[in-house]
Amino acid sequence: MKITPEEVRYVAKLARLSLSEAEVEKTTLQLDGILSYVEKLGELDTTSVQPTTHALAIHNAFRADETRESLPQQEALANGPLQNGEAFVVPKVI
Amino acid sequence: MELHALTIHALQDLLASGEISSLELTRSVLDRIDGVEPKVNAYITLDRDGALAQAAAADTQRQRGEGGSLCGIPLSIKDVLCTKGLRTTAGSKILEPFIPPYDATVVEKLRNNGAVILGKVSMDEFAMGSANENCAYGTPKNPWNLAHVCGGSSGGSAASVAADECIASLGSDTGGSIRQPASHCGIVGIKPTYGRVSRFGLLAYASSLDQVGPLAKDVRDAAIMLGAISGYDPRDSTSVNQKVPDYTAALAPDCKGLTIGIPKEYFGAGLDPEVDEAVRRGIALLEEAGGKTVEISLPHTEYGVAAYYIIAPAEASSNLARYDGVRYGFRDHDQDELLEMYRHSRSQGFGEEVKRRIIIGTYALSSGYYDAYYKKASQVRTLIVQDYAKAFSQCDLLVSPVTPAPAWKIGAKIDDPLSVYLSDILTICTNLAGLPGMSVPCGMSSSGLPIGLQLQASHFSEEKIFRAAYALEQRLGLAGNKPQL
Repeated sequence: MKITPEEVRYVAKLARLSLSEAEVEKTTLQLDGILSYVEKLGELDTTSVQPTTHALAIHNAFRADETRESLPQQEALANGPLQNGEAFVVPKVI
Repeated sequence: MELHALTIHALQDLLASGEISSLELTRSVLDRIDGVEPKVNAYITLDRDGALAQAAAADTQRQRGEGGSLCGIPLSIKDVLCTKGLRTTAGSKILEPFIPPYDATVVEKLRNNGAVILGKVSMDEFAMGSANENCAYGTPKNPWNLAHVCGGSSGGSAASVAADECIASLGSDTGGSIRQPASHCGIVGIKPTYGRVSRFGLLAYASSLDQVGPLAKDVRDAAIMLGAISGYDPRDSTSVNQKVPDYTAALAPDCKGLTIGIPKEYFGAGLDPEVDEAVRRGIALLEEAGGKTVEISLPHTEYGVAAYYIIAPAEASSNLARYDGVRYGFRDHDQDELLEMYRHSRSQGFGEEVKRRIIIGTYALSSGYYDAYYKKASQVRTLIVQDYAKAFSQCDLLVSPVTPAPAWKIGAKIDDPLSVYLSDILTICTNLAGLPGMSVPCGMSSSGLPIGLQLQASHFSEEKIFRAAYALEQRLGLAGNKPQL
């Protein structure tokens, strides 16, 4: 399957990435090569094969629904690139 | 021999007898770092004062009769594990200012054991790479030949151990990232069974594949390190609640009673003749040690790389969505619209390889392509798991090369990501199946670069790996082989 620059731009938008035109061109070529290689998987008939999502037979691990101690507010905010001492600050949305 | 060049087990004796202190040992390692780091470039962040304070505390602990197997031993940590109060970058500009408010469980275990944490070592950005050439803070050099890569993504860990810039290190392995740099740098590296070691505080790349493990100067040291970090962690929902054996007790000078499988697909076209020869010599030595060998087939091996390069980027695209410039990390402050702020922060913060994998993963998971890519790759993953189950009904261990060739020259493959991806062909299936795998040195190429031998076993059979690796190490006599720096 041939990947087009439009598809790369669309996927980049979904992934919240902004690519320059040069990056779009390079990524299109490289993605095309990688996905052509991945087409190899089509050689195998997997019609009746169950997918594996986890290497071990581990199922959902549930914890008791109870309040526990969390990071103090100041520590949780400390790595925020912009914060006002009470919350993270982001550009106005509405 | 200087203190920095010794193993954990040799230093344990010297520390226990009081012949040396942890402060002396830590100063020796810091002096070594001062001497060779300008050439090797293994460290991203060195915590000199913190290390000396921890060493002094370890000496006090020891005098009181406290501290564990690593009390006073200076270690380096791959920069993908959170260290409370110590910068953690994942090799990325996007996390340049990040100071974790907590320790990863494995780091906490090391601290409780009395270990001295020297600092954080280089890695491919978010552990994505096979050469450690994708690090925002520069490429570490292979201590055996500074013009060559040291392997990735735990390249800084491997280089720091091989160059004696620490006594041992922690890395992480998603598709071979402990075993491959260990092989390229002539040291021992083990990726434990998925779930054996906690991933809490490990910055996630591909959660169903990532596993933390040690890189060490010899097999006994790897066993000591793995014993210190293994065990159930209620903070990691994929951690397995199973008793941790004493791995050092498994070390024996022979392989009697072990059946060793030789997977024929791992010795195919493209394997460097010198690697082939060194690994076959290793197999002969394992037979000499009492191991019985049988030929095994893992017919879906050749599909492992294709399955991995859908599954891992798909998980990465989801895991890396959290880097949005809001709660931590780099932010482009020039944007006054939220979506633009996300896009510009991520685009400037992430490097080329990370963006490439996010795009592959997003594409594979996008509407209309999910069945063709992600579901298909997950089904092929099942076939690979079944291959291994059949193999381990016939043998205890699988022996193979770790990499198709010794370390390549820095820059040689920089514009050819697919060629780099294919260098992981011999290690990737281990992660898809969640199995333990080790690289142990088995020879040197004619150009003086190390060659590793890979041992794989069934889930939670690390003891068998340690036993065979130790028997091989004893017969080869390569332990203590050092690069000239």
